[in-house]
Amino acid sequence: MRHLEVAYGGIKAVKGIDLSVPKGELVCLIGTNGAGKTTTLKAIAGMLPVAADAVLYDGAPIGGLRAFQLVRRGLALVPEGRGVFGQLTVAENLAMGAYVRSDAAAVKLDMERVFNLFPRLAERRGQSAGTLSGGEQQMLAIGRALMSRPKLLLLDEPSMGLAPLMVQKIFETIRAVAREGVTILLVEQNARLALEASSRGYVMETGLITLSGPARELLSDSKVRAAYLGETD
Amino acid sequence: MDIFLQQIINGLTLGSVYAIVALGYTMVYGIIQLINFAHGELVMLGAMVAFTVIGALAGTALPPVLIVIAGVVAAVPVCMLVGYTMERIAYRPLRNAPRLAPLITAIGISIILQHLALLIWGRSPLAFPQIIPLVSYTIGGAIITGVQIAIIAISLLMMGGLTLIVYHTKLGIAMRATSQNPQVAGLMGIDIDRIISFTFIVGAALAAVAGVMVGTYYGIAHYTMGSLLGMKAFSAAVLGGIGNLAGAMLGGILLGIVEALGAGYIGSLTNNVFGSNYQDVFAFLVLIGVLVFRPSGLLGERVGDRA
Ligand SMILES: Nc1ncnc2c1ncn2[C@@H]1O[C@H](COP(=O)(O)OP(=O)(O)OP(=O)(O)O)[C@@H](O)[C@H]1O
Ligand SMILES: [Mg+2]
Repeated sequence: MRHLEVAYGGIKAVKGIDLSVPKGELVCLIGTNGAGKTTTLKAIAGMLPVAADAVLYDGAPIGGLRAFQLVRRGLALVPEGRGVFGQLTVAENLAMGAYVRSDAAAVKLDMERVFNLFPRLAERRGQSAGTLSGGEQQMLAIGRALMSRPKLLLLDEPSMGLAPLMVQKIFETIRAVAREGVTILLVEQNARLALEASSRGYVMETGLITLSGPARELLSDSKVRAAYLGETD
Repeated sequence: MDIFLQQIINGLTLGSVYAIVALGYTMVYGIIQLINFAHGELVMLGAMVAFTVIGALAGTALPPVLIVIAGVVAAVPVCMLVGYTMERIAYRPLRNAPRLAPLITAIGISIILQHLALLIWGRSPLAFPQIIPLVSYTIGGAIITGVQIAIIAISLLMMGGLTLIVYHTKLGIAMRATSQNPQVAGLMGIDIDRIISFTFIVGAALAAVAGVMVGTYYGIAHYTMGSLLGMKAFSAAVLGGIGNLAGAMLGGILLGIVEALGAGYIGSLTNNVFGSNYQDVFAFLVLIGVLVFRPSGLLGERVGDRA
């Protein structure tokens, strides 16, 4: 992504950022509330209008494309707040994740894989998603995104509002998905967990990238430690 | 003759038609929160096109059933095209406009379609040619005609078919997903423009068949017939809970029955001060009653529950 700018009305929320996610890596984007992280992900995923060449994917400009077109190219976004379809069943939600696929047999197998990954969802496959707990909804949102067999997975605060045990479970899953070779851009409030799981990290403040580098270095960076890891030394 | 049973049969017949038309209102509302006031005109167009074809074929040796089917086969694609076009050129550009704008546009389209029909078919009603032999059966002191049986059966078939599509096909699930959260639906790879077009096309096809049915039932078609029928079907959709498919079906049939019973008994109940010509009042009494006492309708969720 080069010099990405996004404005709401006349107000620029993302003011020209450069960010790259190498194939097969897990990269995280951390920052304070209102920094523009969600806006950045939405722009990459085609939910907000941006200049065509502001976003490159596999070397091709995708900035002008819309969200539904990008899914076919292997991009999937797990939106902030999960966005499950509350009145559809768990299985129907997963089926929607595979909307662009026509290999019905493989889709069935993938659905079973998601159920293996999250047995809680398997028990509730016929239940409407709106009745799931927050953690279960997050599992469903991630499982649903995996159903499209993404090459690039964008995750917006997957740990938001979850109990510590559930956060761990979600991060284990993210690592497992990354190990399978899926490229991931992870937006997180939980900076420590995110940096520990990532190879690279970016720090965003009021629409600009203020720091970036290997995740290990950021973890020991004094500014990051003070601002995002709640440590003083 | 058993008035009660007779009015139930008559009510079921008209109610099935209301249900089919109400489905069009409710599907469009469910997906883009627009009350498509022009939907009634699609019913009218369906009837007019079908009557034209039926009238032209009436003198031939073709069996009556085939002639009516030919009418339907002509009416359905015409209405689908009109339904698709109205969304494409009138509603889509207004998708992010304040809600009043598409609503007023819908009323405008309704007027345009009526006057288009006036230009094409003129002021006088088209009559259904006497090609269908009157078949009737007596059950429990009431009479049911072949046409009534056909209308009820075809309506039930269409309701069943639509339910199958919406609840058991990928496209149907995508329709429901889009109506719940179009933004996230886009993230699934669903082209919501296509889903919305599809919704209009299906609603228009149902309207076309409803137009042929109601025209055949009353024996006439007229360029103004869509307004009152549309308003009644809209009332039925509100009665059932706008946005809810089962609600539209239930609301339509209930409204038909209320109307028929009302028409059947109003004379004796009011000492003939009011006659059955007050039949049309009931739909709107029901509408007002629902809006006052249960705005979300019989099966509708309260607005706050929408995901
Ligand atoms: N639809 C919108 N219209 C106008 N302004 C918006 C809109 N969405 C976001 N903003 C503004 O853009 C800025 C960045 O918002 P964004 O949601 O990207 O932040 P974030 O980094 O994801 O924050 P958080 O950690 O709280 O989720 C904020 O100042 C926000 O108020
Ligand atoms: Mg955010």
